[in-house]
Amino acid sequence: MEEKIIIAGFGGQGVLSLGQFIAYAAIADGKEVTWLPSYGPEMRGGTSNCSVVVSDEKVASPIISSPDCLIAMNKPSLYKFQGRVRKGGTILVNSSLIAEKVDRDDVRAVYLDAGALALEAGNAKTANIVVLGAYIKLSGLFSVDLVAEMIKEKFAEKPKVIPANLKALELGYHAV
Amino acid sequence: MKKLMKGNEAIAEAAIRGGCRAFFGYPITPQNEIPEYMSHRLPEVGGVFLQAESEVSAINMVYGAAGSGARVMTSSSSPGISLKQEGISYICGAELPCVIVNMVRGGPGLGGIQPAQSDYFQAVKGGGHGDYHMLVYGPSTVQEAVDLMYDAFDKADKYRLPVMILGDGMLGQIMEAVEIPPMKDPAAFAPKPWATDGTGTGKGRRIINSLYIDPDELEKVNHRLFDVYVELAKNETAYEEYKTEDAEIVLVAYGTVARIAKSAVNLLRSNGVKAGLLRPITLFPFPSAILSALADKECIKSFTAIELSMGQMVEDVRLAVNGKKPVGFYGRTGGNVMSPEDIVKFISEKEGR
Repeated sequence: MEEKIIIAGFGGQGVLSLGQFIAYAAIADGKEVTWLPSYGPEMRGGTSNCSVVVSDEKVASPIISSPDCLIAMNKPSLYKFQGRVRKGGTILVNSSLIAEKVDRDDVRAVYLDAGALALEAGNAKTANIVVLGAYIKLSGLFSVDLVAEMIKEKFAEKPKVIPANLKALELGYHAV
Repeated sequence: MKKLMKGNEAIAEAAIRGGCRAFFGYPITPQNEIPEYMSHRLPEVGGVFLQAESEVSAINMVYGAAGSGARVMTSSSSPGISLKQEGISYICGAELPCVIVNMVRGGPGLGGIQPAQSDYFQAVKGGGHGDYHMLVYGPSTVQEAVDLMYDAFDKADKYRLPVMILGDGMLGQIMEAVEIPPMKDPAAFAPKPWATDGTGTGKGRRIINSLYIDPDELEKVNHRLFDVYVELAKNETAYEEYKTEDAEIVLVAYGTVARIAKSAVNLLRSNGVKAGLLRPITLFPFPSAILSALADKECIKSFTAIELSMGQMVEDVRLAVNGKKPVGFYGRTGGNVMSPEDIVKFISEKEGR
């Protein structure tokens, strides 16, 4: 098993931390993983992306030319990366910010109103966790319980935000 | 228990576990997480963290601390390492141990901030003035960087020279699961009877210097340094061979690029091309002997060096192969990084495979 994921969006949307949650879950699940961020003169509102490779074996290249899954959190990210997704791969589109449809018919396109579900969960900032929930359902990589544990652990110092994040995870999981 | 850590932070923690108790540096992307981590972690273990006013100051503080016997390091990225070259030459001339991390970015000049390997020549051929070398490692994973850093101070002390960890922006920024080794006990470190720590007085006084006015004396120093490099080559040369047993095409790559090349080897093999990889782990001493031995193997038809540069390590590959087989080169620069597929395409087109 090897799953290559590109996650892209605006800085501040939690793109990098969404990737990190996948990486944490992978380790907790006994898998190998690399998380490689774009870095540079980036700021809130600028573009940001990370490449995550989850594998049963040690990961050789952390550089992904053709991802199995693209998570596009904003329009520029969809346009930039949709052509690179492998045939039969998945594109998960944050339809709260992207009105356009995926411009390919050889991939599975999934649309998710992450913003609205995050509000329903009680915190607009949890949109990335909504997407995380949807992603683990679509990929079948990890159990939702494992990721819920991960969220509790990572937010241990900010216990107030845990319920909304758990709710966001669940809403995302059941939305796809 | 494995932990997900960013390369820069894991390297900093490994340095402390390996005995580092002093850090002098000046900020530069893409290695800032190292000084940031050191700034809060070193005081916890009774160490010293100091952000100097410049790279020149930082490396001379390293010189001073190394002279007094401390386990000391600095880290920077390409333009900052250039500024440190004078100090590095002095440290080598004075035969002092220290560790230097270079998370390489594109150059020349201020260049860019994305990953590159274009400081290879500077790292392995000298960099500053005079006849000298450092022990230079090119780790390819966060775990390997941790393991090499953990023992780097022991090697530096043993041979009395700087050890350089030559990474790149990718290695610094990537997160991977790592096993961090336990804290070494500073009480167990070998004493440094040469250190100017205030205990050498009278006839036993200790002097740290790199000035030798008498040519015969300086020549002796030069020979002494190079005797150490012979020992280094004998004891410390390290490399990894991957699927070279029956290979027809051997890729040669170090650091993070070697991982991309490893994926390319697997892709090439699935296309029916018998590819292999030789990955130098020490860049100085360079694993010339194994390359020479591979070049003697009948099955191997050619070598291709893969680098994030215009072609630097390829020169050492050519010297080692010594005309026995053709040596090609594929590189990306400017902070651009090739994919495994790019390497496959290059081999398919240029090497006719």
